[in-house]
Amino acid sequence: MSARVIIASVSVPALPRHVKFHFNKQREQWVILAPERLLVPDETSVEILQMCDGKASVDSIVGKLVEKYAAPHDVILKDVMRMLQDLADKGFLVA
Amino acid sequence: MTTMTKTKPETASKVQAPLAVLAELSHRCPLQCPYCSNPVQLERASDELDTQAWCRVMDEAAAMGVYQIHFSGGEPTVRKDLEDLVKHANDIGLYTNLITSAVLLTKERVEKLAEQGMNHIQISFQDSEAANADRIGNFKGGHKKKIEVAGYVRAAGLPLTVNAVMHRQNLHHLEDVINMAVELDAERLEVAQVQYYGWALKNRAAFMPTYEQLSWATEVVEKARESLKGVLVIDYVVPDYYARRPKVCMGGWGRRFININPAGLVLPCHAAESIPSLKFDSVKDHSLAWIWENSEAFRKFRGTDWMPEPCRSCDRREIDWGGCRCQAFALTGDESATDPACELSPHHEEIFGLASDEAHKEPPPFVYRKIG
Repeated sequence: MSARVIIASVSVPALPRHVKFHFNKQREQWVILAPERLLVPDETSVEILQMCDGKASVDSIVGKLVEKYAAPHDVILKDVMRMLQDLADKGFLVA
Repeated sequence: MTTMTKTKPETASKVQAPLAVLAELSHRCPLQCPYCSNPVQLERASDELDTQAWCRVMDEAAAMGVYQIHFSGGEPTVRKDLEDLVKHANDIGLYTNLITSAVLLTKERVEKLAEQGMNHIQISFQDSEAANADRIGNFKGGHKKKIEVAGYVRAAGLPLTVNAVMHRQNLHHLEDVINMAVELDAERLEVAQVQYYGWALKNRAAFMPTYEQLSWATEVVEKARESLKGVLVIDYVVPDYYARRPKVCMGGWGRRFININPAGLVLPCHAAESIPSLKFDSVKDHSLAWIWENSEAFRKFRGTDWMPEPCRSCDRREIDWGGCRCQAFALTGDESATDPACELSPHHEEIFGLASDEAHKEPPPFVYRKIG
């Protein structure tokens, strides 16, 4: 029996093997594919997902976004954690 | 199938490509479930598309922008070339899903399928209790075999969906079915109430639950979703006989899905052959893209122009897209009629009153699915 994945700032998120994050050339669109599921992530989500490589921690992902957008750390951390937890609960992310 | 997607606005001139292809590789199946979603007239093995034809069709689908392919049936594992088809789909970037009864699978074959790029396997279960499950599928030892194969699937590192078809003769085991899915380490459970067309309509009185049984089941699912959050995703399909509004069948006719039958006929949904007036085109004669855009069967109920009143002026017309055409035909004899699942249909009360009466009587014996 598996347990719920809880995302923390030290978590190292990655996509599980059966979840495919890819660019559909015909539609010019990033998509997340999973069993009977299809998600079209928005631009910000695409950027975050590209960093979910099983090496970078949530902290380091947030750090890069804070730098790039010159936005407050707390705000970005909260948004990223919420998005990643939501994806984990849908089975699209492991950590 | 559940999809969550944002799509670009549609224009009249351009039909958006389908999201997924349902490839019915064969109507052959060792099980004889009396609620089978296949048509009552089944295609024979000698009429099935060959490997080359399926590969060409998959190429055409990928070129259209299709994301996923579901290998289904009948029982898709009766095809000896399944591994080759999976490999080809994977090579051209289609997300591959196997919808199987699992009783013909071995450990070696599951491993081979995983090697060839299978992304996900869905196994159907008839119940959590072996004796009743085997009775429903009319296949001795089937349940035990499914449990074994589910283990092979997880051992091969593949994600597993348990598809449990529920009805009045197993609904009382729903809690056990949920526990079974957790014990099998499934990622996902589909609690699919029988949908009544084809074989299931023949057997409606044997399967239809009462409103009270259904309400109880809905409560069980809601509780389990909360307690198993992040552990098991539960999709829940309710029979729309007790609904006030129809289901969004297939995400709308000719909008999201394309179904190819074993002989190569291209259908807007797996039950569409139950509507005798519809003419289908074959992948043997036309490209998939041509069929999707031009085939009469797809154009007939695509969009909202075909709708009668009260659908035409209904503010939900682009939410449910008129519900299920197969159900409208099966229950009213008119495929263009308002889906009787809608309470605005003049047939709603009579038909669903009848079904509710059936649900309160002793269930009749099954009419098992068979070819010929």
